[in-house]
Amino acid sequence: MPKQILEGSRAVALTIKNIKPAVVSAYPITPQTHIVEDLAKFKSDGEADYEYVRAESEFAAASIVAGASAAGARVYTATSSQGLLLMAEVVYNIAGLRLPVVMTCANRGVSAPITIWNDHQDAMAVRDAGWIMLFAENHQEAVAQHVLAYKLAEQTHLPAMVNMDGFVLTHSYEPVVIPDEKLVRRFLGETRPAQDNLLDPAAPKTSGAFAAPTHYLEIRQALNDDLEKCLALLPGLAADYAKLFNAPRAAAPAAGDNGLLEYYGPRAAKTVIAVMGSLAGTAKDAVDEYNRGSAGKKNPAAVLKIKCYRPFPRAALLKALGRIRCLAVVEKAVSLGSAGPLALDIMSAWPSQRPLIIADFIVGLGGRDVTQEKLINIIKQAPKNNRQVKFIS
Amino acid sequence: MSRDLTAQPSSTNNNKTGGWRTFKPHTDYDQCVGCGLCARICPENAIKMMDWNGQPKPKTDYDFCKGCGLCAAECPVKAIKMELEKK
Amino acid sequence: MKQIRLHGRGGQGVVTAAELIAIAAFLDGREAQAFPSFGVERTGAPIEAFARISDTPIRTREHVYQPDVIIVQDATLLDAVDIAHGAHKNTLVIINTAKPPAAIKLPVPEKNIFTVDATKIALEIIGKNLMNTVILGAFAKATGLVSLAALKKAVMEKFSDKGPEITDKNLKAIEQAFKL
Repeated sequence: MPKQILEGSRAVALTIKNIKPAVVSAYPITPQTHIVEDLAKFKSDGEADYEYVRAESEFAAASIVAGASAAGARVYTATSSQGLLLMAEVVYNIAGLRLPVVMTCANRGVSAPITIWNDHQDAMAVRDAGWIMLFAENHQEAVAQHVLAYKLAEQTHLPAMVNMDGFVLTHSYEPVVIPDEKLVRRFLGETRPAQDNLLDPAAPKTSGAFAAPTHYLEIRQALNDDLEKCLALLPGLAADYAKLFNAPRAAAPAAGDNGLLEYYGPRAAKTVIAVMGSLAGTAKDAVDEYNRGSAGKKNPAAVLKIKCYRPFPRAALLKALGRIRCLAVVEKAVSLGSAGPLALDIMSAWPSQRPLIIADFIVGLGGRDVTQEKLINIIKQAPKNNRQVKFIS
Repeated sequence: MSRDLTAQPSSTNNNKTGGWRTFKPHTDYDQCVGCGLCARICPENAIKMMDWNGQPKPKTDYDFCKGCGLCAAECPVKAIKMELEKK
Repeated sequence: MKQIRLHGRGGQGVVTAAELIAIAAFLDGREAQAFPSFGVERTGAPIEAFARISDTPIRTREHVYQPDVIIVQDATLLDAVDIAHGAHKNTLVIINTAKPPAAIKLPVPEKNIFTVDATKIALEIIGKNLMNTVILGAFAKATGLVSLAALKKAVMEKFSDKGPEITDKNLKAIEQAFKL
């Protein structure tokens, strides 16, 4: 498995090709990624034998993969921004029906006003749908998370969404190792659909048709419980993945990374910045620079990168953060009228007897660049902004 | 600005596109017969027919001409030449 | 780490040029990154793209604010965009223009300005004003950040689906610019 320099979208497309889904469906027009463009080309060039269905909308694309998945096929789709919003109804259905659909979301902002650029508002619009939601820092992590997403989805019969920052990752070039086809096959095995849940024209049945008030609540609770079980599964699967694929060192996960989250920096850090996605790379450079200065020597900073956002890794988070005093949540989304979704999740996980200053910084909406300088300012400001939501322009 | 997202009509004219040219059209008025085809064909509406001593002649607005060369290609008397613009 | 900022207009292959720099640096055995900063998605709009070259893995994703090299694909942008922003005393500026460095008004020392009439070379050799690869020949020569061999190999890889004729013309144009 040689290291190559690739566009992020191409790296994911090559990985999906090696994962060998039986059905790929996508709507080809903006907001879409090069991933499905590449997958369509692989198919037309005879390099792949999945069924490629060009849909007439994202709603249709999601419905097509839902149907194929319900019939037992391994499936793939990708979307972004308004495309994900148009899929929203089907996204909920896919989770409710326990279909192991895997989708890439190239994270972008939402209208109005029209924006094509990166932030996490699209993914946050469907965070409550019942999907496993992973966020990637770089190309290598994105390709690993796609393989893991299939493993986790097919093992738990739940859908998984791999989030990678639009443009920042999807359109950037960097060195990456594509998971080898044979190793992927060994890691994933054949997809084994849940037999009792399988749609088959030879033995017709109905899936997810109707639940009265006497049953609906328990069904949703079971979905919640099963989603939470992924928290126990993912670290082990991530370790298996690392063992199988880590031949080149570049592909090995960093120390402090358990598949759910990664802690980067000194254990004794006083201030930790919590981030998701590609922002983690810039944040790591920012804390290194901050820790070299006099303020950082006295009160070192660290980065907490949430890799698995749904289910939310409460216990792992509390363990990783140890005895910190101040947490700066830096996020590319906001629940308008409230606060940033990541900050809300962390606040709800934090035990009341452990004192913590938690400050919420909304950054990068609609593709605004988040610089190291901004992040260092956030580290400095955070202790004075307890329980406040600040938009960083 | 952050509340009123309505764009005013014609505000795209604030964005002058003449700088995109590689080749610049030059019209030879002696050859030009004033047929007006260039003005009609221009995709940017950058050519207007003007009255030139009682004769209709085209005038190119170089603030907006992108140098596509359609006018030169269509001119029936080859009165328009595309020349490399020095930058 | 060396940071490169490219300025051009939509349709001029600015993003491709940044990618070619990263691919060439990678082929030279170095770590590299390239990414675009799209403006509005239309032909002619000013666009920036960025590349980084380093001997250690590159993590940061911020735009390039203190460029070591600035590449300007379209000289008309000198009047429209603050090309030199963030430039330091050793920043090299490579401009596609017919003018000599002395005629370029930029707040950087004249000795750091390199001009190349990449449009002329592109029109002569490629037959169209596709000068994004051409100016990279000048970039390789002026900065030494990527080798000519790696740059040519990068073009061959990237343009593999465009056919041998277009690829060869681009290689010839790069060599021409490298000679100047």
